[in-house]
Amino acid sequence: MKFTWFNLMPWPYLPDDFRKKYRSVWVDIPSSLYDPVKGHDVYNTYLDQLEYAETLGFDGIGVNEHHANGYGLMPSPNIMAATLSRRTKRAALVVLGNSIALYNPPIRVAEEFAMLDVLSGGRLVAGFPVGTSMDTNYVYGQIPALTREKYAEAHELIMRAWAADEPFAFNGRYTKLRYANCWPKPIQKPHPPIFIPGGGSVETYDFCLDHDYTYSYLSFTGYKRARQLMQGYWDRVAKRGKDDSPYRAGFAQTICVAETDQEAEKLYAKHVSYFYNRCLHVYPGFADAPGYRTVKTLQANALSQLTRASLEAFANLSWKDLVEGGHIIAGSPATVRERMQDLIKGLRVGNIFCLLHIGDMPDEKTRHSTKLFAEQVMPHLRDIWPEHAKDDRFWIHPMQKQPAPKTPVAMEAE
Amino acid sequence: MQSVLIDVGGGRSNVRVYQGGTGEPLLYLHGAGGLLADDPFLARLSERYRVFAPLLPGYEDSDGADNLHDMLDITLHCFDVMEALGLRRPILVGHSMGGMIAAEMAAVAPHEVERLGLIASAGLWLDANPIPDVFALLPYEWPGMLFHDVALGTRLLTSGLNMEDPKFMTEFLIQNAKRLGTAGKLLFPIPDRGLADRLYRVRARTVVIWGEADKLVVPAYGEAFRHRIKGADLVRIADAGHMVGYEKPDAVLSALARLQ
Repeated sequence: MKFTWFNLMPWPYLPDDFRKKYRSVWVDIPSSLYDPVKGHDVYNTYLDQLEYAETLGFDGIGVNEHHANGYGLMPSPNIMAATLSRRTKRAALVVLGNSIALYNPPIRVAEEFAMLDVLSGGRLVAGFPVGTSMDTNYVYGQIPALTREKYAEAHELIMRAWAADEPFAFNGRYTKLRYANCWPKPIQKPHPPIFIPGGGSVETYDFCLDHDYTYSYLSFTGYKRARQLMQGYWDRVAKRGKDDSPYRAGFAQTICVAETDQEAEKLYAKHVSYFYNRCLHVYPGFADAPGYRTVKTLQANALSQLTRASLEAFANLSWKDLVEGGHIIAGSPATVRERMQDLIKGLRVGNIFCLLHIGDMPDEKTRHSTKLFAEQVMPHLRDIWPEHAKDDRFWIHPMQKQPAPKTPVAMEAE
Repeated sequence: MQSVLIDVGGGRSNVRVYQGGTGEPLLYLHGAGGLLADDPFLARLSERYRVFAPLLPGYEDSDGADNLHDMLDITLHCFDVMEALGLRRPILVGHSMGGMIAAEMAAVAPHEVERLGLIASAGLWLDANPIPDVFALLPYEWPGMLFHDVALGTRLLTSGLNMEDPKFMTEFLIQNAKRLGTAGKLLFPIPDRGLADRLYRVRARTVVIWGEADKLVVPAYGEAFRHRIKGADLVRIADAGHMVGYEKPDAVLSALARLQ
């Protein structure tokens, strides 16, 4: 199993009456709610946590891209990954990812990801999301019905740019480059492992299988609700005659660990509630720009998890609802171990993106939960897929010898 | 009104065309929402004209939307439809997004479009009067945005729809995504594809028709079209919103009569 410690980087100072006063945490949330001076501490605390996770043995540390979003403060995940590349040595830098249709020209992604791979000594996991409708269409103005075509073209350009040894002419509909020429090139050959975040599009399943990319389902509704979707993916894998390595799949899960189940509620309920009630308050009009999803996907009834009904449902969920419904996995190390086994086996995933910082959770609690997970949960789950232990196709291949940093970096936090 | 499915552009798309009435041929281009069930405005138009109302690809069973990427593609597609219908210089009338396309056609081929009716047309952008984001509206907000008479609007927009039936809702969402998917190529995120720079080319006798209570594309846009199209008339109609043809069909018909 590969465990990636993931931080969405939420803004922890949304007011108590946020739901009442504002219609959305995303797209048109007023930036007056952001305070850059507090933001300085927020960023640095979050980055320290990611570095701390490496010291505890997590396989990867993860960042992602959102725009105009009160629960995702990383419009540029590459800047975050760049700071981490200098202060970590071993963990994969999981950038989940760059919304490649948004970069102009998209060879910028080939360049920046190559920079990160070189800086980190070949530790980059490159994510290529199509992007949510909120980010891609509403905030970044991409035409919904053309987004997927633009994405496909950007993907082709990036992969060709990484593979090519000579400049080439790229004549796309959206990008025309006379000299497509990627400097630098990534360390990992033929390219860094590629993860595709998906939300149930049939096309995305096939895209991952065509290229042997890892399919990652990033959901906030937890593993129980993900079964049907992931089963759809594995059915597709079987139908396409591909091997069923669990490393073809990843899943994001909100996790809270404490000494006991009761203690978990006492410590974390407030912060979990902040996330589900405040951070997931997205205006339904922004959830799904018409034309963004393909008709095939709509017909498969894979409607967005951010539909009105489910959004309203989030607001009223209690700790008990969230735990019993499997939205979150929370409790003592024993409880979490057991639930994690259900998740991993039930969804057949080799990658877990662990959401251990939640909402407005303070640093001490985040580290407490993270440490318990790393020491008392993770070791018991490591070898859950023994028959695939040697499958290294979907993970990083760092360069053999790391150059010693000029200034030794203290790796022993706490 | 009868409808036929015609081949356009030699296999590039199949287009559903509603047609009926007698009189001078009139090509009607619909707005982003498409036509309504038993479209009452088309019915009124057909009392005076031989009406042809093609549906853009993505609307009902008109297909070939993947071939259309931008304003020019859609403008030429509409000329292809005209050709396929055997129409020579019909009266060209467009509502909202359809007006945007009609105006573009008149600018691109000024000798092919001699009479032009623009009803609450999209296509321009005035910073002082930003057009609301129709792609972020929820279904229940539509009647208030489109109609002066909200009760009439609600009745017209929900006629034949059963929002309580989940199966129907799925199909409705699919159709909506297809319609607005096409519309987004012209209107998302800002409904401006440079028409303002090209309107100087329009030679058609033009009448610009606006509901005074239009909340979506406010009457200032009617002034802007009148100002930019040489010799255009502007007819403002009281107590009517964006769907002026459905709220005040008589007034719209008499305004269009100026094109005779």
